[in-house]
Amino acid sequence: MSTTPQALYRDEGIVLRTQKLGEADRIVTVLTRRTGKVRAVAKGVRRTKSKFGARLEPFSHVDLQLYTGRNLDIVSQAESIRSYGTEIVGDYRAYTAGTAVLETADRLTVEEKEPSLRMFLLVVGALRTLAEGVKPAPLVLDAFLLRAMSVAGWEPALGDCARCGEAGPHRHFSVPAGGTVCPSCRPTGSAMPSPVTIELLEALLSGDWGRAEASLGTNRREGSGLVAALLQWHLERGLRSLPLVDRT
Amino acid sequence: MYEGAVQDLIDELGRLPGVGPKSAQRIAFHLLAAESTDVGRLVAALQRVQAEVRFCVTCHNVAETEQCRICRDPRRTLDVICVVEEPKDVVAIERTREFKGRYHVLGGAISPIEGIGPDDLKVKELMTRLMDGQVTELIIATDPNLEGEATAAYLARLVGPLGLAVSRLASGLPVGGDLEYADEVTLGRAFEGRRRIDA
Ligand SMILES: [Zn+2]
Ligand SMILES: [Zn+2]
Repeated sequence: MSTTPQALYRDEGIVLRTQKLGEADRIVTVLTRRTGKVRAVAKGVRRTKSKFGARLEPFSHVDLQLYTGRNLDIVSQAESIRSYGTEIVGDYRAYTAGTAVLETADRLTVEEKEPSLRMFLLVVGALRTLAEGVKPAPLVLDAFLLRAMSVAGWEPALGDCARCGEAGPHRHFSVPAGGTVCPSCRPTGSAMPSPVTIELLEALLSGDWGRAEASLGTNRREGSGLVAALLQWHLERGLRSLPLVDRT
Repeated sequence: MYEGAVQDLIDELGRLPGVGPKSAQRIAFHLLAAESTDVGRLVAALQRVQAEVRFCVTCHNVAETEQCRICRDPRRTLDVICVVEEPKDVVAIERTREFKGRYHVLGGAISPIEGIGPDDLKVKELMTRLMDGQVTELIIATDPNLEGEATAAYLARLVGPLGLAVSRLASGLPVGGDLEYADEVTLGRAFEGRRRIDA
């Protein structure tokens, strides 16, 4: 073991995922407020008498002290700020939607230690809303996915033409083009979703919950399909959790 | 890198859960230095497991016959089923001597991040067992961690309409850990104090 002094730093973050390491350790991936995405080793965390307890499970909002390591940092202390998991796991719809939120945040934050305050705040907002359990979980997820894509630089066009910017509304929708397209730009194979569905997505992106919650099941389902297609288009590998989201 | 056979052994050992490259190397050289009778017993044990051990047709626990030892035991009651994630959890609960019913081994927990949904577990098989009319109580003993709790919530919602008494192992189990790491006393207490879930 190295005895050279290592840099100690402190940040708060949301645990996105954990992976087993050896007999009793875990690697935790945390989206922090100031440092960005951090991967760190939590030693002994799987033992029942671990000092970390359940604080380093996915959905936890924690205040961390970490040592900078060569490849992975090391968690030295963890204090719980809020555990959204306790409320989220009790509701299967919220759990599957929440897992998709965490996986998306992980996949869209490609670089480690590159600060992304907007993504952090989006994740916290989505988890808080899911934990409250007032708004429908699938809508909360789709609102998060649309905004997360925007933060990642892929804001979908939901009105004006995605290619030439001509003012909408336009009837055609192209996933490769990135949203609604005008008649002259539209690629072959463009879809023609219901205009009401596009309005729903627009409401979700802008946070107009009154309009979003007044939507019908058919438009919600069609909207989810478009959001999922847009997201999968931008990611090399598909999301594992998205097909398992309970939208009943 | 070592030559052929030694490297092959290190590679195979390194694929086992919890065994890193360094441990794989240490185990390989331990085996190379060991008495050939000791190695022979290990080889025989591996071959027996592969040839003889299968999964119980009723509860999906490991078994050496069509049904496992517990399902074949006439002293075990038929009215209570305890749901666990893995066969090792059956062993942990049996050590407490608190439970006289039968088990159902799901084969894991629901974990969307790993792409594991209800259809990848023995959930349908559980529903079939619960519909036979003999079972009156279901105890959900999935791990006290996130996936275990979510699996419990899913099962409670699913079996709710059947009108069974559904309970979850009580708190006192350390949250965030694996059931197998819990000591017998804690696990036994968790059994006595299981709490009713009203779905
Ligand atoms: Zn255009
Ligand atoms: Zn059996």
